[in-house]
Amino acid sequence: MKNLLAITDFSNKEIDELIHIAEDIEKNPAKYQEKAKHKKLATLFFEPSTRTRLSFESAMLSLGGSVLGFSDANSSSSSKGESLSDTIRVVSCYSDIIAMRHPKEGAPLVASNVASVPIINAGDGGHNHPTQTLTDLLTIKKEKGRLDNFTIGFCGDLKFGRTVHSLIQALARYKGIKLVLISPDELKLPDYVKKDVIEKSNMDYVETDSLEKAMPTLDVLYMTRVQQERFFNEDDYLRLRDSYILDMDKLSSAKKDLSILHPLPRVNEISIEVDSDERACYFKQVYNGRLIRMALILKLLNLI
Amino acid sequence: MIIDPIKNGIVIDHIKAGKGKEIYDFLQLDELNCTVALIKNVPSKKTGKKDIIKIDEIINIDVDVLGYMTPEATVSTIKDGKICDKRKIELPEMLKNVIKCKNPRCITSVEQGIEHIFKLTDKENKIYRCIYCETKAND
Repeated sequence: MKNLLAITDFSNKEIDELIHIAEDIEKNPAKYQEKAKHKKLATLFFEPSTRTRLSFESAMLSLGGSVLGFSDANSSSSSKGESLSDTIRVVSCYSDIIAMRHPKEGAPLVASNVASVPIINAGDGGHNHPTQTLTDLLTIKKEKGRLDNFTIGFCGDLKFGRTVHSLIQALARYKGIKLVLISPDELKLPDYVKKDVIEKSNMDYVETDSLEKAMPTLDVLYMTRVQQERFFNEDDYLRLRDSYILDMDKLSSAKKDLSILHPLPRVNEISIEVDSDERACYFKQVYNGRLIRMALILKLLNLI
Repeated sequence: MIIDPIKNGIVIDHIKAGKGKEIYDFLQLDELNCTVALIKNVPSKKTGKKDIIKIDEIINIDVDVLGYMTPEATVSTIKDGKICDKRKIELPEMLKNVIKCKNPRCITSVEQGIEHIFKLTDKENKIYRCIYCETKAND
């Protein structure tokens, strides 16, 4: 039984297969609309995330399956003190597959050790969020036509941004990827990601604190939100929140075929005026997220 | 200083100087009823100084703990006054319930009854990471 706890649980070949299925779903939705009929997806959200939960639920419904679950810990037995392991054992009896979000890092691994159905990690604290990474990869593939040989800039919170770490980890396995790491000093990419991922795989990378200088070199720009919940100190958050805002002025030096990605939600790091620029791909990402989750559910349920 | 040789027991030698007491505590040697000697700052040709622990009884030693705390140590089993087994300790690939994850965001901080497991991810720099949250041991 296969789970998806971290993006590294899947090989490049498996990721390519998922992307291929997702692209086929987009072209031939009718072919897939009953593929998961009579199957049940449990969405266990121990912390709220409307977007991700709805994406999973929409994905399962689009496959003809059904969904059950809860959207925050207060409406589950964990509020009565039940352990995660017990909750998962119980829900395994009610469902065929589980997508879970939990504020504690490593919770999905604990779940997978006791579950009798596949576990999908829908985010565990600041640790992993592999379905976001799959969404990002599908978006890049659709926009660029490839997953190798391009320059990608990561901008904003590279320290706490788990989507950034996971995407770098995934891209490290493809050839010819150049990274431009754009952040203030306080939010630089952690050394262990540089050492264990980037340097180990001999990826080219540069670090800069200037979005303007980096802009002309980029094929893909991955913007991130400076997340308040990752800070212990509110003053630090307020000081750094507005560090890197993308607007049409900064975009003037960008390539014409730049693809702008953002895991959403955004606060103010991308001006609304950018939304109508054809280089903005962040709402396409949301659409792609449902497609890749459909492909993932089919794969984990062995329906494909 | 003279410590009597042991007839049947265990000698943990080449412990990094200063680590002996920590290992004594970790292995809970205070709970043994036999004679146990913790010898500190013994002159050593290789390292200048070392610690030695002698246990006057053959017991099972948790090699994982030793390997993590003092990988340069050796464990000798003495039977009838002779060394019958001498093992060099190596860094264990996995540590189970030896240390605890200190990351307050880790699931191990709240979930009851799960094992605390660390994996050796960088042998050269002796780096262990929690298998749940990937936080470095002792961070």
